[in-house]
Amino acid sequence: MSQVTQLIHQYLRHNKRFPHVFCPGCGHGIVLGSLVRSVHNADLSKDEVCLVAGIGCSGRMAVYVDFNTVHTTHGRALTFATGIKMANPELTVICVMGDGDALSIGGNHLIHAARRNVGITALILNNNIYGMTGGQCSSTTPMGARSMTTPHGQLENTFDIAELAKVAGANYVARSTAFHAKMMDAQITAALTRPGFSLVEAFSPCHTQYGRKNKFRTVVDMYQDLKTRSMPMDKWNETDPAKRGDKFPVGVFVERDEPGLEERYAAMSAGLRAKEASA
Amino acid sequence: MAQKARRKNKELFALGNEAVVEGALLAGCTFFAGYPITPSSEIMEGMAQRLPCSEDGVFIQMEDEIASLGAVIGASLAGRKAMTATSGPGFSLMQEHVGYACMAEAPCVIVNVMRGGPSTGLPTSPAQGDVQMARWGTHGDHPIIVLSASTVQECLEMTIVAFNFSEKYRVPVILLIDEVTAHTREKITIPSEREYEIFSRVLPSMPPEWFKPFEETTRGVPPMAPIGSGYRIHVTGLTHDPMGYPTQRPDEVEEFTHRLFRKIDQHFPDIVITEEHNTKDAEVAVVAYGSVARSARLAVDQAREQGIKAGLLHLKTLFPFPRAAVEKLTRRGAAILVPEMNMGQMSREVKRVNSGRVRVRTINRVDGLIITPSQILKNIAQM
Repeated sequence: MSQVTQLIHQYLRHNKRFPHVFCPGCGHGIVLGSLVRSVHNADLSKDEVCLVAGIGCSGRMAVYVDFNTVHTTHGRALTFATGIKMANPELTVICVMGDGDALSIGGNHLIHAARRNVGITALILNNNIYGMTGGQCSSTTPMGARSMTTPHGQLENTFDIAELAKVAGANYVARSTAFHAKMMDAQITAALTRPGFSLVEAFSPCHTQYGRKNKFRTVVDMYQDLKTRSMPMDKWNETDPAKRGDKFPVGVFVERDEPGLEERYAAMSAGLRAKEASA
Repeated sequence: MAQKARRKNKELFALGNEAVVEGALLAGCTFFAGYPITPSSEIMEGMAQRLPCSEDGVFIQMEDEIASLGAVIGASLAGRKAMTATSGPGFSLMQEHVGYACMAEAPCVIVNVMRGGPSTGLPTSPAQGDVQMARWGTHGDHPIIVLSASTVQECLEMTIVAFNFSEKYRVPVILLIDEVTAHTREKITIPSEREYEIFSRVLPSMPPEWFKPFEETTRGVPPMAPIGSGYRIHVTGLTHDPMGYPTQRPDEVEEFTHRLFRKIDQHFPDIVITEEHNTKDAEVAVVAYGSVARSARLAVDQAREQGIKAGLLHLKTLFPFPRAAVEKLTRRGAAILVPEMNMGQMSREVKRVNSGRVRVRTINRVDGLIITPSQILKNIAQM
């Protein structure tokens, strides 16, 4: 354990940035730890990494980690990240967003970043709620669930983040939960080392704003729920859809090696210049 | 290409929008992100044609205007001179990111080719209705630089000036052009490299561990380290301390906000560009900008021929407002005429500076047509 802690400490900004804002039981710290281990595993230096974050609880990660960090506007983190990656393709650009950030206000940017297949790793911390603004429903709040803005139950359908990214054209899509930290490490590491657009969805429980309004008596109940409802991808594929019930798949959804936008752009640009030089 | 050293002047028969492209490339712009909108699209199309042909030029068409300015700010933080171009409705969408660029002190240029409004308005008709939006469109207190151009040649020159100011002072610079100028085709001269000055942001010279990214300097403008250069900085839209970390400490918040204003205030004489024509003995002074300034110049000359002592104050910088130039006219006792293609967005500033000293009259045209020299001449004669 002490080794793990030491490793994480190397990557944090200790000066004035702590204690952090995450509530007791929040899954965000686990995801942050996993992100740090993945950067370490991928053998990246702190200078090579640019972490772009949106607004909300997950957005605060940008202040804590000692990379190049940009804390952007609500829902638009991917647009900044696209500009940074295209301006300097050498950088490993990671974009951290919450579910409200990435899917509600920023839904359009997410599908287009995936369609472009621009070389960014999007890490979406899905807690099914707007945490920092006080527990309003997001576009992943399950139907029937209660929140500050759905006091009588949520009526709308929800987005499946991983499925959405898959059909939009992302190179790599995976899902894990704060209960599956080892799986998450492997997924984020894979995402960081692949070309094109990668997306890792991490279920991260929010007991303060979501759990206590939705019959989870304790934080432990929420983690227990992630454990019992999750189903590994291969088992999910073998299971008859009628028998899947309220389970959800975890694992890798898509794995492709298509070149990223920045790579295709560089090739086009080189071609144009060669043509001009020979003319 | 722009990257090859050009020793001689080159002449071109170009649209105002095309001149913006030439100006941007001369100024060292290597990144453009945008979303198509009439009447600004030729700027984007020109960049799409030219940027990929150069060594490090990047062009990207984004999904909307919000994304466009987001990408531009990202590229700017990564060390590029970056630009976007749009028109009224797109500029409305960009406002939150204009505020972000002010807060993060990210240099960038936003060209707004104005069309009639509000809303979708008059897509290809001239108007000057975005003057106050350019100044006050985003929330919060912040200074900003707004420039304008009245001829195709000026489109080129003011684009270079816009990049220079944005790099020098680390502010977003907005260049307002009206549709008449953007879609007028005329002969322009592309200056040789020796004829214009190019400024680039000041990079930090100290070791990374000593660097405070938002520290006060004598110029008020801190040096800027591009992302990936070894200076690991934090950039945020939150009010921040000199290290760039969020703060709510009243002394730090106040100090930061004051510095944002001071860095512009301190350099007023450099930033405020105006041109005077026959104003020395003028009894009637026309204050105009954009294509209207061109009509006004002819009207003033014609008035002189008729024996009326008329003059023109042509504003090229709209904000910070060139108050000294207007004050000079009011002290001389000249009656002022402000023609503009809106309901009085700039005459409001003129009246504010005038404080009731002299007579101020306005011509406001909002029917989607231009203000002609004869219309201005008629009004001069009546004053």
